[in-house]
Amino acid sequence: MYKEDRLFNLSGHALMIILTAVALLPFVLLVSSSLNDETALIRYGYTFIPTAPSLFAYEWLFITNSAVIVRAYLMSFVLTAAGVALSLCVTTPLAYGLAKKDLPFKQFLTFFVFFTLIFNGGLVPTYLNYVGVFGIKDTFWALLIPNLLTNGFFVLLMKSYFATSIPSEILEAAMIDGASETRIMLQIAVPLAKPIIATIGIFVGINYWNDWMNGFVYLIRRTDLFTIQLLLNRIMQNIQVLQQQADLGTQAAIGLAQAPLIAVRMAMAVLGVVPIVLVYPFVQKNFVKGITLGGVKG
Amino acid sequence: MNVATSPTKSNAKSTAKIKQKIKWKRFIPIYLMMLPGLVFFFVNNYMPLPGILVAFRRFNAALGIHRSPWVGFDNFQFLFATQDAWIITRNTILYNTAFIIVNTVTAIFVAVLLSELRGKVKNFYQSAILLPNLVSTVIIGYLAFGFLSAESGFINNTILPLFGAAPISWYSEPNRWPFILIFVNAWRGVGYGTIIYLATLTGFDSAYYESAMIDGASRRKQFLYITLPLLKPTIVMLTLLAIGRIFYADFGLFFQVPMNQGALFSTTNVIDTYVFRGLVQLGNISMSAAAGVYQSLVGFILVLSANLLVRKVDPDSALL
Repeated sequence: MYKEDRLFNLSGHALMIILTAVALLPFVLLVSSSLNDETALIRYGYTFIPTAPSLFAYEWLFITNSAVIVRAYLMSFVLTAAGVALSLCVTTPLAYGLAKKDLPFKQFLTFFVFFTLIFNGGLVPTYLNYVGVFGIKDTFWALLIPNLLTNGFFVLLMKSYFATSIPSEILEAAMIDGASETRIMLQIAVPLAKPIIATIGIFVGINYWNDWMNGFVYLIRRTDLFTIQLLLNRIMQNIQVLQQQADLGTQAAIGLAQAPLIAVRMAMAVLGVVPIVLVYPFVQKNFVKGITLGGVKG
Repeated sequence: MNVATSPTKSNAKSTAKIKQKIKWKRFIPIYLMMLPGLVFFFVNNYMPLPGILVAFRRFNAALGIHRSPWVGFDNFQFLFATQDAWIITRNTILYNTAFIIVNTVTAIFVAVLLSELRGKVKNFYQSAILLPNLVSTVIIGYLAFGFLSAESGFINNTILPLFGAAPISWYSEPNRWPFILIFVNAWRGVGYGTIIYLATLTGFDSAYYESAMIDGASRRKQFLYITLPLLKPTIVMLTLLAIGRIFYADFGLFFQVPMNQGALFSTTNVIDTYVFRGLVQLGNISMSAAAGVYQSLVGFILVLSANLLVRKVDPDSALL
């Protein structure tokens, strides 16, 4: 029995090490390619160990072309910070209100939020509305508002936390003491709901950091508003154009192919991943909690 | 009697009215605080709804949404007359089916394995397999490109030469993409599923396993006769909810990983990418809107039916 147990444990760990490697190796390839010399990349392609280690790609990004990359990086940070702050300011009070037992029209308002989860007009009507009515094309708002600001899941998740995890006696006691509703929310309910607020803040933050769809759809001329993901997306689109032209065998494509550097592309992708990896250990606990909360609820 | 009760009745009525008024007043600040969120949902999810009607017009940018001429079901007729309608429907449903099966089986396997293993390194495994879930689909596109690029990809430059095989032009051979996309999706999604199943597993009563062990049940038997039956409600529920979303594809995955290559559309085009290309790249708004309406309606019916089924299985897990 003991022997069988050890064998199981050993093979189990071996299997998990393989799976872990599969999960992480693409990132290793990304980082090592970004640290490789361009001519080596052209000769040997992307490799797990840089054949000719070089910081050229990063020099190119941060010294030669710093204006573009630093700007995009800053935009990513600004957008994520603004997004999380605004999202929590919008989500928390709505969830708190919906959690109030005796709120008039509570059922209607809950359904109003809930319905957005089961029916969606789709991309075209949403686009026509934001562009036609609100004119957010080529503005910062286009990155901040559509689909990202909050969503029904976050609101309902937070609502159920307010409703079930905060003892109503505490809120009632505060009311008897004459505290106003605003004060009760800000000074009693919100501090008690910190765990769920942190969890949702992390999800929102990751969504903002990773988003490229809004910019792709709504930013046509204002490339100065591009975040790092949008820059990556644009370069990806250019690779596509190049490949399509290379397939046609045009002369121009050969000249163009030299322009976006093979290593630089990967170095930029590294920059897009690094902040996530850096905050990951700190947010993991909350992130996992959010998955189990949300996963079980769909 | 009548004379005696009527004043109290009206009294009760007026106090109820006063109470309601006080109640109303008390809730005004709460309504005000809720307003920004409600306005967002109105703007983001409700205001676009009339725009669905664009699908029934021949969109003309010069005339705008509200003055383009009505054409009835013409856009739908055109859409369903093309091969595209069949291809995008087939791809969306088949890919999602494959994703559900592959990811569920793998996630349960990994979760059970993790729950049985000893040692602190378990936490590291879990963190590692969850990491791909946090990365944007653009970056996943780059990661895939690192392996698959025809000129500089790892597979063509290092792996295939090992076997003396000729390089493969990955981004122009559509029949390879079902496997690639199913693999990439599993790579990205298994960590997420593992966490859900692991959380469910750790909640099981250990007494079941202890008594099974006393009876000499093997690990395999314990898995088949204890773990799996206990997991069944969670599996059924998550699968039903996923089936409810089977008409919605993961846009980022299908747009970024195949790099928007036209040569691959037969096996990579899904409803979401079709709608997007129609709107942004081709400017064919009417057709794109028709495909969007098709998705919204069928998707809505599926979500509703799935939730009705979930409610039968486990009322607490249903959305409705």
